[in-house]
Amino acid sequence: MVEKKKKKKKKRPPRQEMPRQDPKERRMNFNEVALGFSEETAVIEASRCIGCPKPECIDGCPVFVDIPEFIKLVQEKKFVEASKKIKETNILPAICGRVCPQETQCEIVCVLSKIDKPVAIGRLERFVADYEAAAGEVEIPPKSEPKGKKVAVVGSGPAGLTVAGELAKMGYEVIIFEALHKPGGVLVYGIPEFRLPKAIVAREVDFVEKLGVELKTNFVVGRTVTVEEFFDQGYGAVFLGLGAGLPWFLNLPGINLVGIYSANEFLTRSNLMKAYLFPEYDTPLRVGKKAVVIGGGNVAMDSVRTALRLGAKETHIIYRRSRKEMPAREEEIENAEAEGVIFDFLVNPVEFLGDKEGRVCGMKLIRMELGEPDESGRRRPVPIEGSEFVYNCDTVVIAIGQGPNPLALSTMKDLKLNKWGYIVADIETCKTSMKGVFAGGDIVTGEATVIEAMGFGWRASIAIDKYFTTGEW
Amino acid sequence: MNQIIDKKRLAEGINLFEIEAPLIARKRKPGQFVIIRIDENGERIPLTIADVNKEKGIITIVVQVVGKTTEHLGTLSPGDSLLDVVGPLGQPTHIEKFGTVVAIGGGVGHAVCFPIAKGMKDAGNYLITIVGARTKGLIILEEETKKFSDEFYITTDDGSYGKKGLVTDQLKELLEGGKKIDLVLAAGPAIMMKFVSLMTKEYGIKTIVSLNSIMVDGTGMCGVCRVEVGGKTKFACVDGPEFDGHEVNYDLLMKRLATYKEEEKLAYDRYMQKIKDKGKEM
Ligand SMILES: Cc1cc2nc3c(=O)[nH]c(=O)nc-3n(C[C@H](O)[C@H](O)[C@H](O)COP(=O)(O)OP(=O)(O)OC[C@H]3O[C@@H](n4cnc5c(N)ncnc54)[C@H](O)[C@@H]3O)c2cc1C
Ligand SMILES: Cc1cc2nc3c(=O)[nH]c(=O)nc-3n(C[C@H](O)[C@H](O)[C@H](O)COP(=O)(O)OP(=O)(O)OC[C@H]3O[C@@H](n4cnc5c(N)ncnc54)[C@H](O)[C@@H]3O)c2cc1C
Ligand code: SF4
Ligand code: SF4
Ligand code: FES
Repeated sequence: MVEKKKKKKKKRPPRQEMPRQDPKERRMNFNEVALGFSEETAVIEASRCIGCPKPECIDGCPVFVDIPEFIKLVQEKKFVEASKKIKETNILPAICGRVCPQETQCEIVCVLSKIDKPVAIGRLERFVADYEAAAGEVEIPPKSEPKGKKVAVVGSGPAGLTVAGELAKMGYEVIIFEALHKPGGVLVYGIPEFRLPKAIVAREVDFVEKLGVELKTNFVVGRTVTVEEFFDQGYGAVFLGLGAGLPWFLNLPGINLVGIYSANEFLTRSNLMKAYLFPEYDTPLRVGKKAVVIGGGNVAMDSVRTALRLGAKETHIIYRRSRKEMPAREEEIENAEAEGVIFDFLVNPVEFLGDKEGRVCGMKLIRMELGEPDESGRRRPVPIEGSEFVYNCDTVVIAIGQGPNPLALSTMKDLKLNKWGYIVADIETCKTSMKGVFAGGDIVTGEATVIEAMGFGWRASIAIDKYFTTGEW
Repeated sequence: MNQIIDKKRLAEGINLFEIEAPLIARKRKPGQFVIIRIDENGERIPLTIADVNKEKGIITIVVQVVGKTTEHLGTLSPGDSLLDVVGPLGQPTHIEKFGTVVAIGGGVGHAVCFPIAKGMKDAGNYLITIVGARTKGLIILEEETKKFSDEFYITTDDGSYGKKGLVTDQLKELLEGGKKIDLVLAAGPAIMMKFVSLMTKEYGIKTIVSLNSIMVDGTGMCGVCRVEVGGKTKFACVDGPEFDGHEVNYDLLMKRLATYKEEEKLAYDRYMQKIKDKGKEM
């Protein structure tokens, strides 16, 4: 009894900050911004977790990482074991520890957040995953007996990698078909190096391959082969993890001027094609003097911080609502601000202006005010009549969201789509309207998160195994 | 994979490559293209599949040297491999029996035109082919095309071969000769396609052009290939590359093609310097 009291009195250390590159330095390079915990800080942070008997944090994680267990192992300095614990349900911890929006997932429900700041679950996850990798050869979990059944996974984003890895562990023969020349989906073409080093993605992809998954890149399903042909070739099930890769443009005059990019193009050139290393790498990307990104989400933040690093003198975010309504993660907004990005709120473009070479040289913007809340609960932006003004810039990136790419879907006549063109699939079993075809990730939900896509992959692996075992649809 | 099986020089700066790509060969229809990348530092560039040999699993591409990547490609030999070849991309040509079809290829654009023209002939059309180039040395696939064309014309800007003049001069002659033409196909420089389309519009003849916009992924993911057709934005890589010639905004296409002029020149000069330095060393 006495002892317990003592323990209670012991002061909890504050949530540990993660060191970051100095903003003045990092705005000039593509190296990772956040530098990760040291062993000491990791142990201190881990000591904050009280190991709840009914841990709510686990329910906040889409793949149910056993958070208290892995944190306990960190407390005991068993870092490699901690990483393995996470990998029981999450095969990509180094990635999730970096890009999961923990503040709205596992950390928001941590009991500590009621009285203090939550345990830094993501930072710890990142630490142990990096520790394991640095400690040497990552151990490959034992494989089950080969099941003699083949599964085709389309798309190598987090959804596809997860379902493939899990099925391989169960003993299935899994082949991933990827349209691009590098696996990883948004992890390689979208999220920039300074937030998620590509060597880490390669490392985690390598792990999935070591589990026995075969990867076929440069393979466009719907063109190189169709889903129907998969079944003819002896595949027993197909998983579609196509992502939401169709860029939306604004339907405004001048949208096709030179120097107006979709965020997808801008980020793909920089990340996948390594345009930030031009001319060492052949693919160019021009940012001009004043680069403006339209949008307020994570994709917009990634684009504007890329433009800054590529050497634009001035970088702006144009957002039609105010800071409060921005969907981007707070951390990313702060990072952008610290690096010198300028935010222009409550304005919206109505026209793009070009010079005689057809290059964008400015925009006509209109001022907005906030009206009644809309379906999303955020106050609706309303244009203020007669408030248009001309705004100069020489590069524009459109980051207002994306939709489902119809390329593969249009070749599958029996596949049911919803009114926005996404695949209709059961959230639990990932079953679609076509027998043997499962789907998950952004192609079902629209743009979501890495870990949600992985959650789909995880559930799909269970459902696919069940389908093979029972034969029931 | 992606091994170069054969290489032929067709003209100054224009090479034909046969590449091992069985999956693509099996699927490809006339009008479709591939995107290739030579090595890890390389750019992805689109190239029309000029021909295929399904049995052998081979695709043929015909490439003109215009910048760094095509220059580099020109230095490769049989036995070398390309790092990436993906396809077949784009919508296949709508091929049916139209009646009389005029297929116009300008410069290396004839490599794009060639498979479509062949497809049209196979579908039972009366095929008239016009091949144009700046000068005699740049005329490609002459014998191969003659073989399946019912009528065959050559024009050169300098008059060194065939008729002196532009492909549009030859087209005009056919039109004024009172020949009933049901369809015109054109592939080549944007400016050529523009003038062909202006001419056929006057005569009310349906015209299909193959647009060569800048591309990255070729799957509809990035939007760099967007073109305006009938006032609407289209993605050339998935909606095209062929469109109704009378509806295309060619001026926009030309401006967008010039996006990276300076960077392209820098990359090319840098590459040529590297080759030169290497030569000195040896
Ligand atoms: C710039 C950017 C930043 C983001 N930042 C974050 C973040 O910080 N945190 C976070 O949690 N989420 C973030 N997201 C969202 C997250 O990346 C996605 O929700 C997630 O990647 C979806 O995974 P997926 O597996 O469904 O699809 P994707 O990652 O999109 O992968 C789909 C794959 O399928 C391939 N494919 C498509 N069609 C075909 C075909 N026909 N044949 C073969 N292959 C095909 C594609 O090439 C691609 O590789 C970000 C997204 C973007 C664009
Ligand atoms: C659908 C399609 C089919 C094509 N088929 C053929 C073909 O069969 N044979 C052939 O020789 N060429 C073809 N091209 C053009 C070919 O892709 C370009 O010549 C090539 O990309 C130039 O690369 P480069 O590095 O050598 O030159 P660069 O230095 O990059 O550029 C030189 C010129 O090529 C254009 N160009 C640059 N990058 C691209 C790109 N990614 N896509 C298209 N054009 C670009 C530029 O506008 C410039 O005028 C085709 C293009 C398209 C879109
Ligand atoms: S995977 Fe993401 S949501 Fe789950 S515990 Fe790790 S950081 Fe939290
Ligand atoms: S809710 Fe918070 S304190 Fe409780 S176990 Fe989870 S991380 Fe630890
Ligand atoms: S090339 Fe990227 S969308 Fe067409």
